[in-house]
Amino acid sequence: MGATGIIFRREFRAYTRSPMGYIVAAIVLLLDGILFYALALGPRAGESLSGEVLMRFFYNASGLTAVAAVALSIRLIAEERAAGTQLLLNTSPVRDWEIVLGKFLSALAFLSAITVATLYMPLLILVNGKIAFGHILVGYVGLTLLGAAVLAIGLFATALTRHQLVAAASASVITGIMFLLWPLSQMVGPPLSRVFAVLAIHGRHWAGFQAGLFHLRDVVYYVALTYFFLYAATKVMEAKRWE
Amino acid sequence: MVHLTDVTKYYGSKRALGPVSFEIERGDTVGFLGLNGVGKTTLLKILACGLRPSSGTVSIDGLDVLDNPHEVRKRVGYLPELPPVYGDMTVGDYLHFAGRIRGLAPEAVARRVPEVEEYARITEVHDVPTRNLSQGYRQRVGVAQAIIHDPDLLILDEPTHDLDPVQIMEMRGMIRALKDSHTILISSHILPEISQTCDRLLILNDGEIVASGSEAELGDTLLRSRGMVVTVRPRGSGRVDGDAADADAADGNAADGDAGLRAAIAAAEQAIRGVPGVADVKLPDRPARAMAATGAVTIRVDGEADVRAPVCRALVEAGHDVIGLTRAERELERVFVELVGGAEA
Repeated sequence: MGATGIIFRREFRAYTRSPMGYIVAAIVLLLDGILFYALALGPRAGESLSGEVLMRFFYNASGLTAVAAVALSIRLIAEERAAGTQLLLNTSPVRDWEIVLGKFLSALAFLSAITVATLYMPLLILVNGKIAFGHILVGYVGLTLLGAAVLAIGLFATALTRHQLVAAASASVITGIMFLLWPLSQMVGPPLSRVFAVLAIHGRHWAGFQAGLFHLRDVVYYVALTYFFLYAATKVMEAKRWE
Repeated sequence: MVHLTDVTKYYGSKRALGPVSFEIERGDTVGFLGLNGVGKTTLLKILACGLRPSSGTVSIDGLDVLDNPHEVRKRVGYLPELPPVYGDMTVGDYLHFAGRIRGLAPEAVARRVPEVEEYARITEVHDVPTRNLSQGYRQRVGVAQAIIHDPDLLILDEPTHDLDPVQIMEMRGMIRALKDSHTILISSHILPEISQTCDRLLILNDGEIVASGSEAELGDTLLRSRGMVVTVRPRGSGRVDGDAADADAADGNAADGDAGLRAAIAAAEQAIRGVPGVADVKLPDRPARAMAATGAVTIRVDGEADVRAPVCRALVEAGHDVIGLTRAERELERVFVELVGGAEA
């Protein structure tokens, strides 16, 4: 196991040992459950097709996944700086990208565990309806990719500061702007509308996953976005390591 | 082992360190002494590859810290002023993590963790989360993580920070035990802490090294024994065996005896003042009473040079007995304060 694996293990266990991880998981699962109840089991549930219910479930879950990703990521580096434990990493023979990758993967694993815990909801639709397993699979792939991208944004934000509140605000602002690009693209004319639509984190690229349609371009977009912010976080770490 | 050449560190336009240049041989235990904020931590962080110098070169074991930071970090163990412990981990898990992150293989970590726990005397808290430890234990865990990979160079920044006297003694013992197998750099603003554990001292002030050497060298070269305490049994004080002149004082009444003591002490004082190079002589507040109680008087003598020998000679030639002579207590602390603060000791 390299340094990435060692850091991954420590960080993942930190989530399971601290109340923060459980609080985030509980809130996400509670809200997901309430929204799903309203959609699938509520008074107007019979009016919707099973596929529509599943799409709306993924729509709601995408927003909650993004919020959870911000909440899980903000502590990753800022907390180390505030507690002074960053000095242990900085004076150890570990490369910055190994630190960033290890932390990112741990947060992604924990976020994925939360996401997987919502799987009972789509499966409940099968009790009284008919949906494709492929739709469920593609939707969860989309949630994971979206979560990974927001985690990378959060990791970049937490690398900038030692204050978790500042990191949370920065990550929220960047993620919020990325979300707003889609509605903005509907308001402005070309070529700006095209640029906004291509860059938006939750519009064109998300719609396919939500509908159970797997487009490679959407996967490439989320992977590229994730890579960009992880790279930026690594560069920030490199710059701050010697400060 | 450690070579620094013209190293400086600026934060913006403010100079925090340097230029400093020095060398440290393998196996040395060197103390960096200075008041808070004079650049000790900055210097140690540079040596631990945690801070980039603004200029100058730093090499450890022949490796430049900027060109080969990864290799240098493998050779260095670092304990910052506040131990870098994760509150959510148990001591055992934390040391395991520290060992692995420093490049030890799993088998090596499994072997080293019990060893360093035993060495740092933290075996009994192996399963305790570090957040529940006292400051003394946290500091020991900090030392344990610094030595887990058996580094060539051990850097300890204020290792007795916030420890109680018993813990300070234990920490000194730990450091002494490490001296045989490591090159050690220690920083502190407390002189006894450094002087009792280090072979060599580097005194910093305003980011620069203002003095260096062993404790004895610093005392000899910087103060030239300007302070001494001489314990004298003055002639005529009634306590000098076999001296006929004492009989008068011994047989007289109390008032006469007191006057006799004062006269005897004054004679001794005069003998000292007559020695060339003596700058000042200080008697106790009530010398006659002290004399009556102990049979001797302790006199502080400050000289412009080392006047211990001529003072002794002068006293003996004048018929006084010299029954004790020591360098003034806290002498090195006076050196330290004068060097770093310019204040009166």
